[in-house]
Amino acid sequence: MPFIPHTESDVAGMLASIGAADIEALFDEIPAGLRCAGLPGIPEGLSEMAVTRLTQERASQDGFYLNFIGAGAYEHHIPSAVWQIVGRGEYYSAYTPYQAEASQGTLQLIYEYQTMMTRLTGLDVSNASLYDGATALGEAVLMAVRAGKGDVRRVLVPATVHPRYRAVAQAMVKNQGVELVTLPYCTECGHTLVEALEAYAGQPAAALVIPQPNFFGVLEPVDALTDWAHAHNMLAIAVVNPMSLALLKAPGNWGGKGVDICVGDGQPLGIPLSSGGPYFGFMTCKQALVRQMPGRIVGATVDKDGKRGYVLTLQAREQHIRRAKATSNICSNQGLMMAAAVIHAALMGPEGLKNVCLASHANTRVLLDKLTAIPKVKAAFTGACFHEAAIRVEDNVDEVLRALRAQGILGGYAVGRDYPELADTILFCATETKTGSDMDQYAQQLERILSRRREAPPCAYKS
Amino acid sequence: MLIYEHSRPGRRAGGQTPVSAPLADDLPAELLRVEPPRLPEVSELDVVRHYTSLSQKNFSIDTHFYPLGSCTMKYNPRACHSLAMLPQFLARHPLADADTGQGFLNNMFELQQMLKEVTGMAAVSMAPMAGAHGEFAGVAMIRAYHDSRNDSERSEIIVPDAAHGTNPATATMCGYTVREIPTDRDGNVDLEALKAVVGPKTAGLMLTNPSTLGVFEKTIVEIQKIVHEAGGLTYYDGANLNAILGRVRPGDMGFDVIHMNLHKTFSTPHGGGGPGAGPVGVSERLSPFLPIPYVVEDKGFYRWAEEADCPHSIGRMSAFGGNMGVLLRAWIYARLIGRDGMRRVSDYATLNANYLAAELKKAGFDLAFPERRASHEFIVTLKKLKDSTGVSAMDFAKRLLDYGFHAPTTYFPMLVPECLLIEPTETESRETLDAFVAAMVKVRDEAEVEPDLVKGAPHTLPAKRLDDVKAARELDLAWK
Repeated sequence: MPFIPHTESDVAGMLASIGAADIEALFDEIPAGLRCAGLPGIPEGLSEMAVTRLTQERASQDGFYLNFIGAGAYEHHIPSAVWQIVGRGEYYSAYTPYQAEASQGTLQLIYEYQTMMTRLTGLDVSNASLYDGATALGEAVLMAVRAGKGDVRRVLVPATVHPRYRAVAQAMVKNQGVELVTLPYCTECGHTLVEALEAYAGQPAAALVIPQPNFFGVLEPVDALTDWAHAHNMLAIAVVNPMSLALLKAPGNWGGKGVDICVGDGQPLGIPLSSGGPYFGFMTCKQALVRQMPGRIVGATVDKDGKRGYVLTLQAREQHIRRAKATSNICSNQGLMMAAAVIHAALMGPEGLKNVCLASHANTRVLLDKLTAIPKVKAAFTGACFHEAAIRVEDNVDEVLRALRAQGILGGYAVGRDYPELADTILFCATETKTGSDMDQYAQQLERILSRRREAPPCAYKS
Repeated sequence: MLIYEHSRPGRRAGGQTPVSAPLADDLPAELLRVEPPRLPEVSELDVVRHYTSLSQKNFSIDTHFYPLGSCTMKYNPRACHSLAMLPQFLARHPLADADTGQGFLNNMFELQQMLKEVTGMAAVSMAPMAGAHGEFAGVAMIRAYHDSRNDSERSEIIVPDAAHGTNPATATMCGYTVREIPTDRDGNVDLEALKAVVGPKTAGLMLTNPSTLGVFEKTIVEIQKIVHEAGGLTYYDGANLNAILGRVRPGDMGFDVIHMNLHKTFSTPHGGGGPGAGPVGVSERLSPFLPIPYVVEDKGFYRWAEEADCPHSIGRMSAFGGNMGVLLRAWIYARLIGRDGMRRVSDYATLNANYLAAELKKAGFDLAFPERRASHEFIVTLKKLKDSTGVSAMDFAKRLLDYGFHAPTTYFPMLVPECLLIEPTETESRETLDAFVAAMVKVRDEAEVEPDLVKGAPHTLPAKRLDDVKAARELDLAWK
């Protein structure tokens, strides 16, 4: 019996101790009419060897691609040590650290993570992580509404925020009567214009959301946006890529006072792409807002000998204590993912992370130059980019991407799926993982596809 | 020591990052960071040694018996981890087209089908990323259903007092008012109290069955009838699905919407607090509202159903569709144990719980519901011991740590005083259970003879009793 250690004599002895005739008798309180006869729709169990074979076949079916898609999930080098350590049973198979004395490993690791996130984002406090970047934004919106004066249930969200993040936040807040107002962007420069916000200043709002970089990879005028929010009695909520903060200004330093809440997705810090998850969401904020924060928080304290130790703290915010009055229903954090991120960042160090940012930025610029040198391709926006950029092609985007895929290249994300006005636009990303020849291959194939030339057969005579 | 205390300026883990890179001289200077973030500057060995020794300060299933009630801490098969980490799965971008991921999507479709079968529900979405996230999706669907019928006066969710805190918290997040109902002396939902609160305002009832008291709700059929006749829907919290897997299905019990915790019932790792996965299942009438995405199959081609396919969906739960790596592990587990293995899960989880309850009772411990069958867990109350010795359930739990056993769940459910909620799971041997009984007896004897020894526990762990009050009063949430 896989994973069940009982011998026949164990079972007989245990039933005798209970005073039951058989295992069936242990279910005698379940009304007979409800019991199910079996599970014919579930396949028979397989040996580990057989499941290994099956799983490997399925994985091989998918293969590998040369990937230039970003759009919220980014391919970076992950040191081998990261997942070897995270996969240790002591982390992998531990529960939430409620018994602090038996969980100092996990608790200290969370404290180190919280420290890392406050330092990257330039804010005072961090929680122990949330599900993903999109739900972290939803939580930040609810937190800003709770923290605000006068029950203002309206938050301003630029159209340059990741469309999936906006969709998730919408699904999270709508049942509490919170309205998300979408702000326009400059179709030429690809970011939000402070001047355009004046039209939205008339009605009160709890917060302004500020992405950096934004969904198009373009940098927003974050100082001016933060100041505008504060000048209009709104909190400022940053949505950032944590990797980028080794290079870009920390949200705690944006504008005159810094943002109030910062959220984002931690995936770029050591988490594999994995078809979309698990990743983790992070949240940091100013000290004054800590009691409005959702999710677990670890604090340092001492044990009865006066030795430093760590515990879960401020639990009076949480569902297991506060029930219907909790700040959120969240009951977990993405513990293993957050562990991977703290180990990853330690291996990278401040210089390493910055070099990854610079290399990714440089590669994206090089690739943008190569692609825009192709006839029928031009840059979509004039604004400065971090490690992602958008191009417009004079052709059918879906067909172009399909043709690239046939050559083993994932050329980017078709932005028109979310922005009808950008139906001709492809968003691409070239991180530090891409070499010069990778980028040449992309440019050559795109040029060939757009000029309608057939791929030369593999053994064609070359003069 | 913290990793930051190991840091030395200029030390680095060479070979892990680009050595140098062109300056980002095209970016506006005012958007750049001036001072580098104060991250550790350490070698690769520093990192490996630091986090390996930290790990050794944890209890875990791999190292200790972990009878934490309501958490289903069973063995996490290693194959599930190594196979989910195959490089093709890790490398796949979430926005890559379905034609580049048929192998992966096939696995997801199979898991979705198996979850339907094992719960008896009409349709399943695996988008929610944890149990509480599944609860949110479930209650949001209840709301969407009533709204779709213009039945918008329903503003209340009924929750038994024994429920997990996530139930009332979820109802609030979905904009509902919570009506709490009591439990009767035998541990069942108080039917008279239920009848008194249901009515035209009832949107639904959230129920865990077997309940957090470790017993099966015998009157489940009547409960369903009362709520449904009032026009409400019933929600099944799958926290304790391990107790009934393959034996009785939530769909057959008449539930309209359910969530499962794959990190409990399907043995995916708890990971020190996550990530989990909380798929939701629904009856036919709620299926239009399922969260997106979920997998659909068309002539052998698998793809995600998204906005265009599901106009009435409650929406997206995450940016990219869910905790796929966790779902992969659950799929591998399900394929390993198969149809007979699923039923064996509840058989042996229940056998172990009833055996442990019987042995503890014989050893003189008080069961909270001695006349009832244990499901996969049960409650011991230490009230008499507390009254006679001053040793609390918390002290008792801490002393068990000294004997190498993770403590059972303490002080939950709150209606039983000085309680230990004990769930041994099916993967533990009789010898382990016997050793746990011996430790329980030992600690009780110590409490009677030398109560201060127990009140001062633990004595042998990396930390002694930690000061929670100081932590909350003098907040220190990051290293300065």
